[in-house]
Amino acid sequence: MGGSTLKKLINSPETVVKEMLEGMAAAYPELIKVHFNPNFIYRADAPVKGKVALISGGGSGHEPLHGGYVGKGMLDAACPGEVFTSPTPDQMYEAAKTVEGGEGILFIVKNYTGDVMNFDMAADLLKAEGYKVESVIIADDVAVEESLYSAGRRGVGGTVFAEKIGGAAAERGWSLEEVKRVVEKVAKNVRSIGIALTPCTVPAAGKPTFELSEDEFEFGIGIHGEPGRKRMKMRPVDEIVQMMMDAILQDMPLEKGDEVALLVNGMGGTPLMELFIVNRKVAQILDNIGVKRYKTLVGNYITSLEMQGTSITVLKLDDELKELLDDPVLTPALRWKA
Amino acid sequence: MEYTLEYFDRFVKIYAKHLSENKEYLTQLDAAIGDGDHGINMDRGAKAALERLKSMDPKTPGELLRTVGMALLSTVGGAAGPLYGTVFMKMSIAIGNKEKIDDKELVKALEQALLGIKTLGKAEVGEKTMVDVWEPVVEFLKEKVLKEGYELPDICEEVIKLAEERMKATIPMIARKGRASYLGERSIGHQDPGATSSYLFFRSLCEALQR
Repeated sequence: MGGSTLKKLINSPETVVKEMLEGMAAAYPELIKVHFNPNFIYRADAPVKGKVALISGGGSGHEPLHGGYVGKGMLDAACPGEVFTSPTPDQMYEAAKTVEGGEGILFIVKNYTGDVMNFDMAADLLKAEGYKVESVIIADDVAVEESLYSAGRRGVGGTVFAEKIGGAAAERGWSLEEVKRVVEKVAKNVRSIGIALTPCTVPAAGKPTFELSEDEFEFGIGIHGEPGRKRMKMRPVDEIVQMMMDAILQDMPLEKGDEVALLVNGMGGTPLMELFIVNRKVAQILDNIGVKRYKTLVGNYITSLEMQGTSITVLKLDDELKELLDDPVLTPALRWKA
Repeated sequence: MEYTLEYFDRFVKIYAKHLSENKEYLTQLDAAIGDGDHGINMDRGAKAALERLKSMDPKTPGELLRTVGMALLSTVGGAAGPLYGTVFMKMSIAIGNKEKIDDKELVKALEQALLGIKTLGKAEVGEKTMVDVWEPVVEFLKEKVLKEGYELPDICEEVIKLAEERMKATIPMIARKGRASYLGERSIGHQDPGATSSYLFFRSLCEALQR
């Protein structure tokens, strides 16, 4: 079972998003600014003329996604909804008008019914005013089957790579079509899967989103505290990681000589120590099949409040993606070469 | 019967009250097969709608419905925001700037709302969504009001009963849309939160008839 529920470092459930944004603004004044009502985070140097504006967003509770990825070489703006709730069209509309630099707008949208609808509505509003808007949907979670009979695969850890690579392309001044092309390439070549040891508690709800007993874990979780596909008995992490990697590799087989970018992600409540133990097994599995780990990120990159668990994201790389991945980035949560 | 600004004002206030009183229940339903925020989101939207009605002071039913629709769209979020926003916006557009409408016009407005949510959400009956209440109820209203000439007050009990029945009928369904669809068969045995808030919508439409 999850631990204590409303013992959180908050003042009140109604003010969590606003106060989080104020805290972020105070922490990174040289990198980001925050706009309230409607809420969005944007690059401190926006608008940057002559480049595509890259915008994403989603429910709050996944920090550092997306606000932590605003800055040079990544997102121009991020729109935070209420906890685990899609942002509303007015947020994306205002954000786009604030940061667009004359070369069009690209929305990176995680594949959830609400996110897709709200971003679509915002795109319509912007197009009606003459802006060029494109969208790429990220649907990398292999826990859910690609199906006409469901809402489709969820957008999870692959979003981080999509934002980094799209951000690099936009920073280089590529056209809207080219930035979209490369983000779509990421979307096609990235897969993820997550597991949870505990649920999480949405502040406004006051109780955990589901219940797990002491000896169980949830396989195939999303990032919104919803139950996953299968509940299973606890076992050593190497076995769990094997199951996770099997799921990914079955869906996107890799060959000897392939190169990948790897994200071993904490869901928020899992210690780094454990994430490194997860990564040890992931590295072994990839080494055994002759796949080169070009870049590895270990840490909390896309979380689900205080959920204990991990997700693994594997992005198959080519030369173009490797270059864009390596490009400079200067955001609260990701910084290199800047 | 005539449906005036006062009727719609009563309807929205009654619906807001139901959403507030059922906030935890809707959240619980949503926790079982979603991410546990439907009740919270709808309550927030309802409160925002009521505040906006006070400050905007709409003069016609169409203006009132539009005000509510925009408030929901910008405060509810998720899929419910656009869907319920569309409901109110489509009703507003159908009614136009008439100061009062009759039963036939009300049912036609509800029909436009249903078309709007089906177009946006792409759900059909049987997929464990709000459409599972909306479609049967609107079809029933069309039959009774547009074809057979009944007025809403005559058939209210039946409408509420039908909405409740259809809401409960979502329990054994497998979710094919929205977050619940990730659960596959695990969504069976749980009542859909969107169908539940839809039942409350139609119940409120009926309860607003009594002064």
